[in-house]
Amino acid sequence: MAQSIADSIAQPVAVPVIPLREWMPWALFGGLLMLLLIYFVGAEQGATSLFQGRMVHEFVHDGRHLLGFPCH
Amino acid sequence: MTDAIFLGFPATSASLMTRTLLLRGMLVGLIAGLFVFAFAHWAGEPSVDKAIAFETSMDQAKGEAPEPEMVSRKIQKSVGLLTGALVYSTALGGIFGLVFAFARGRLSLARPRVLAAWLAILGFIAIVLVPSLKYPANPPSVGNPETIGVRTGAYFLLIAISLTAMMLAVQLGRYWSRSLGSWNASLLSALLFLILVGVTSHFLPRIDEVPAGFPASLLWKFRIASWETQVVLWSTLGLFFGWLTERSEGLSQIQGHSSRPMEEMRYS
Repeated sequence: MAQSIADSIAQPVAVPVIPLREWMPWALFGGLLMLLLIYFVGAEQGATSLFQGRMVHEFVHDGRHLLGFPCH
Repeated sequence: MTDAIFLGFPATSASLMTRTLLLRGMLVGLIAGLFVFAFAHWAGEPSVDKAIAFETSMDQAKGEAPEPEMVSRKIQKSVGLLTGALVYSTALGGIFGLVFAFARGRLSLARPRVLAAWLAILGFIAIVLVPSLKYPANPPSVGNPETIGVRTGAYFLLIAISLTAMMLAVQLGRYWSRSLGSWNASLLSALLFLILVGVTSHFLPRIDEVPAGFPASLLWKFRIASWETQVVLWSTLGLFFGWLTERSEGLSQIQGHSSRPMEEMRYS
């Protein structure tokens, strides 16, 4: 699929490629942090809880429903 | 918009590139989150209110006391929805930036706005469209509280399966395109993706917990609003991210003709 994208475009002179060893630390820590944030909006105090109570769940309640996460 | 101007500036070295793309993704996600909030508030909240009214009337009919409101509806549909939309969109934007950083030049030689648009389309299909066909969004009062564990597990499992299938299909499509040409390879990899997600989701648990008497039109309106909200998010991410990236690379071409890394930034 990605190849078809490249074929339809005039061939570039040079496209910068970020070496994996420079990409990996950002992807690992940044990616984990982002996933944690998504977890708090999408699932905390539903099936699993990191914090006691229902405040997080109730606060983001509408967003959780409308973004398509299972709720209640 | 001072942040945008700062992020639009070229990174001084390749090692800062990932950071720039991550931050740009988060910024674009933050702005997309504002659109998501505005749209969800306008298109989705009426359905949420009606669904809660249905739930309350069902509770009353059964003689049960309505659930106590820990957070008022007013807060839930304003600050609560805004927070959820901003956090979710910013986080997704950050991941989008990281995927873009990986894909640029490695999976595709396309110019940034084309690559960003394609990543948004494929991401929307893999993360939103396919999982929601099996497990669509549900308004309040649809869903048994006792099955939340199964529902959450199955939903996230399907997202993981769908994402894996998408990555596999993209990789195989690249491989096949050498012998089959890009058109046939794309068709074949799309077919592979459909078969993989179709077969695996067939074996995931069936969940149908719509209570008797719940208005079908309300369910339909809510689910369409949920889809549209996601389209707002993903199209903003893909288009705005690509535009910002091309803008910053254009700047770097003007400013950095003398330095070699900047020369490599040229794409067309």
